[in-house]
Amino acid sequence: MNGAGWSRFNIASITAGFAFLYLPIVLLIIYSFNASRLVTVWAGFSTQWYVELWHNQALLDAAWVTLRVGLVSASAATVLGTMAALALTRYTRFRGRLLFSGMVFAPLVMPEVITGLSLLLLFVAIGIDRGIMTVTLAHITFSMCFVAVVVQSRLLTFDRSLEEAAMDLGATPVKTFFAITLPVIAPAIVSGWMLAFTLSLDDLVIASFTSGPGATTLPMKIYSQVRLGVTPEINAICTILIAIVATGVLIASVVNKRREVQRRRDEQTAQRG
Amino acid sequence: MTQTFPPGPDPAMQPLPRKGAGLRGIMRGLTAKLVIIIPYVWLLILFLVPFLIVAKISLSQIATAMPPYQPAFDGLDGLWAKLSSFTVANYLWLTEDALYFNAYISSLVIAGVSTVLTLLVGYPMAYGMARAPATIRPTLLMLVILPFWTSFLIRVYAWIGILKPEGLLNQFLLWTGVIDTPLLILNTHTAIYIGIVYSYLPFMVLPLYAALEKMDHSLVEAAQDLGCTPTGAFWKVTFPLSRPGIIAGCMLVFIPAVGEFVIPDLLGGSQTLMIGRTLWNEFFANRDWPVASAVAVILLLLLVVPIMLFQQAQAKTQEEGR
Repeated sequence: MNGAGWSRFNIASITAGFAFLYLPIVLLIIYSFNASRLVTVWAGFSTQWYVELWHNQALLDAAWVTLRVGLVSASAATVLGTMAALALTRYTRFRGRLLFSGMVFAPLVMPEVITGLSLLLLFVAIGIDRGIMTVTLAHITFSMCFVAVVVQSRLLTFDRSLEEAAMDLGATPVKTFFAITLPVIAPAIVSGWMLAFTLSLDDLVIASFTSGPGATTLPMKIYSQVRLGVTPEINAICTILIAIVATGVLIASVVNKRREVQRRRDEQTAQRG
Repeated sequence: MTQTFPPGPDPAMQPLPRKGAGLRGIMRGLTAKLVIIIPYVWLLILFLVPFLIVAKISLSQIATAMPPYQPAFDGLDGLWAKLSSFTVANYLWLTEDALYFNAYISSLVIAGVSTVLTLLVGYPMAYGMARAPATIRPTLLMLVILPFWTSFLIRVYAWIGILKPEGLLNQFLLWTGVIDTPLLILNTHTAIYIGIVYSYLPFMVLPLYAALEKMDHSLVEAAQDLGCTPTGAFWKVTFPLSRPGIIAGCMLVFIPAVGEFVIPDLLGGSQTLMIGRTLWNEFFANRDWPVASAVAVILLLLLVVPIMLFQQAQAKTQEEGR
């Protein structure tokens, strides 16, 4: 498709769409620097809400819990999700494959209240105390499915002859995976990890069901404060979270682009040689 | 159940060295099995079994104990006693109180309306992106995905400050003189629609974009050469060809929106009836786990057909990618 259809209508609809997507976030960030306690009345620039956050111990504790849950669950979900993606793309016939693919795709759209309730009832039934552990297990379970989808889409476009060549040359399947497959699908695995991490960082509903006393996550804390009303402190926390995520995404995309350029250069060199 | 048939590469194509081939074959089989078995077992235990427990507890009686339901699991001896104490009372209760019926219906309606609205906003966007110069398409795609990375809760929260009576939207409209009195948007269905469209827009745009970008534009040109008007060509060529994207996008919005909790809770106010909230209140406020489970079971049954449609669309794109 060429650019001939890049009409005024198309430009207008894209611009309106992006304005709709970004304006609320921009406003939220601007008003986190508002000097007034009344969030929607502008009274000059101030960073006092950020300073106050720093003295809010309950909030810092919640942030720490969230960070730990996120790091552990994203890492575990990446391993499990990559395995699931390999199982789905590499083994087209095994008993119960239909059930397996169903269990991988269903959590993507499953309403969170159902997932949360069902996991909680499982933890109660087998008698695990609710806390950081149970939240982490719950997060691993739903985010591994997102990782699986991301990695799977990369595996589908993967040139299998590379692997076959390695195995013909005597590499074991495990060695082939680490020497050939893993480097190629690494960008997908990295974005899978980041997706899992942000999903965990974000989650309110499933965490509320599965967490126990002493394991309040940041979204749970934010939610309980939001219910009491809009305050500049919440705007400030939100701005910090947005900044962290935006930095992460930016770094990842720069790294990805560099890799892509490097890969293209290598390919050209290989062709010339 | 999880016995596997690791196919591996075609044996005829593998000039394996004779020595150690047997061991390697076993190793390969074992690796294959582990790659399947580990995530399989994980999902069985933490995804499938929990649903069975929900179904079981939905048939139990409420009890003032911890956990607050009867009967508790006490080995095989108690199995018969347990089975005989199962009750459908929770489901009967759901039919007796009109609250639940209304909550299901209004959830389906709100999710349906929101899905259509999201499609109306998302389609022109995806179309414009797919027709944009190839050089800026990746940037546009990135811009659609970026909000998805920021917290859902934060994005919903951002709308409270905009929509409330003394909020930014009303301030702006009053300032421009379009209105004299503040509009009441927060705590209405309109606010929920805005929230759902806003939060789920990337889910709609991405599959639509994928379908539209793949499309061969010369088909549209051919239709126009053959005398079709641009509008006619759109409805006869572009729209049907983007159907897989439409189905996937709509399912990605509709299914989670039916059970949505955060948006109706924060933007919809206290009168809003949506089943996700009902379930939440049943569980956290009333502490009636059996009724909450029954609510979840019915919600799941309502969503089985859309979920299967989604699975099929997924499987189809997977086959095409192969």
